[in-house]
Amino acid sequence: MSENSPGAPILRARGLRKDYGSGSVLVRAVDEIDLEVAQGEALAIMGPSGCGKSTLLHLLGGLDRPSAGEIWLEGRRIDRLSERGLAHFRRHDVGFVFQAFHLMDELTARENVELPALLGGHSPREARRRARQLLDQVGLSDRAEHLPSALSGGQRQRVAIARALANDPRIVLADEPTGNLDSAATLDVLRLFEGLHTAGLTLVVVTHDERIAATANRMIAMRDGAFVDEMRLTGRKTSNLGDLAGLGG
Amino acid sequence: MQQEAVLAMLAKEPSSGSVLRARLNDALGPLGDAVNDGQIYVTLSRLERAGFIARRETGPMEAGRKVYELTAAGQERVAEWLSEVSWPKPDLAEFHLKLVAAAEAGLADPIGIVDAQRRELLRRLWDVERAAMVEPDGSRAGLLLEGVVLRLQADLRWLEACERAWTDRRKKR
Repeated sequence: MSENSPGAPILRARGLRKDYGSGSVLVRAVDEIDLEVAQGEALAIMGPSGCGKSTLLHLLGGLDRPSAGEIWLEGRRIDRLSERGLAHFRRHDVGFVFQAFHLMDELTARENVELPALLGGHSPREARRRARQLLDQVGLSDRAEHLPSALSGGQRQRVAIARALANDPRIVLADEPTGNLDSAATLDVLRLFEGLHTAGLTLVVVTHDERIAATANRMIAMRDGAFVDEMRLTGRKTSNLGDLAGLGG
Repeated sequence: MQQEAVLAMLAKEPSSGSVLRARLNDALGPLGDAVNDGQIYVTLSRLERAGFIARRETGPMEAGRKVYELTAAGQERVAEWLSEVSWPKPDLAEFHLKLVAAAEAGLADPIGIVDAQRRELLRRLWDVERAAMVEPDGSRAGLLLEGVVLRLQADLRWLEACERAWTDRRKKR
């Protein structure tokens, strides 16, 4: 792996907080988080369910508004955008990948991937061209006209990843992307993310699946709404693989 | 590696040391580096002394080439080995006692120990997963790497349980 040197921050958050409820039932899901994501970085935020990682991702992607704090994408402040501004931001600047895929069941794989481009104002022809290209990139050209129900979980997630890329987002945010996948399909998604990362895409994944870390430069551990540990991952292999499989000496 | 594994790799057909090496490399992929040639030849001579394999010179076309083949005793040993259900035992008690001892004697924070261990396992997982990602589909070595990944994941899940339990204990104090 190339040891991607971190570029300038593309995404920044300062003092980010999200509270639910109030008074004695106040739950602080995200608790004063500071975060910088460098251009081209692949970041994994890991923690058990309920630690606030999904809430954090929703704040970063403009799916929800913080109770306090600031979010900046490429020098533009996101958390104060109007609803319309926020919708535009979600459509053009961010690509989302979810655990449950969130594909439209009545649309084919190709139509699902075309949809964001159409909503983003591209011509049907342009949207179709882009969808074809993306489905090819995720290895599903031959499944383009299938409905999601005719695809395996791993294939559905690859369609969802293609859809996330349809508008050439500045950053892709993924929430537990391998949560519903078996071991082999997980590996496919990891390879895909690795390819996107190598091509320069900025990626933030929140997950409890440690395997995702294999495609990351940096891993942050999250507990009770806060970051508790951080680990940089280099391209250097440190373990003896044979030893791990019982081939030692 | 068990000497029976080397023995069984010869069961397909009489093979030279280098053919055996190639067969192991195919099965082990990037993990094959862990088995050096010296080890293979030491194992072969041990198997020969035990009467499980015999050396045979091949015809003049391949002058100087030696192949190893299973003897009847070797065949029997392989059949036995295939039916054995031995399995590596994970040594979890040592780590468990480390946490208990550290907490009881007040020597260290069990959570800190769990964190350090998690980092180490994540590093290993990272290495194995990176190797798995570049294996072609359907590779035999890929299947072995998947096994290593799944075991590391199981260990990480246990560390999560350790962290939860020791965090609760700390709160109760």
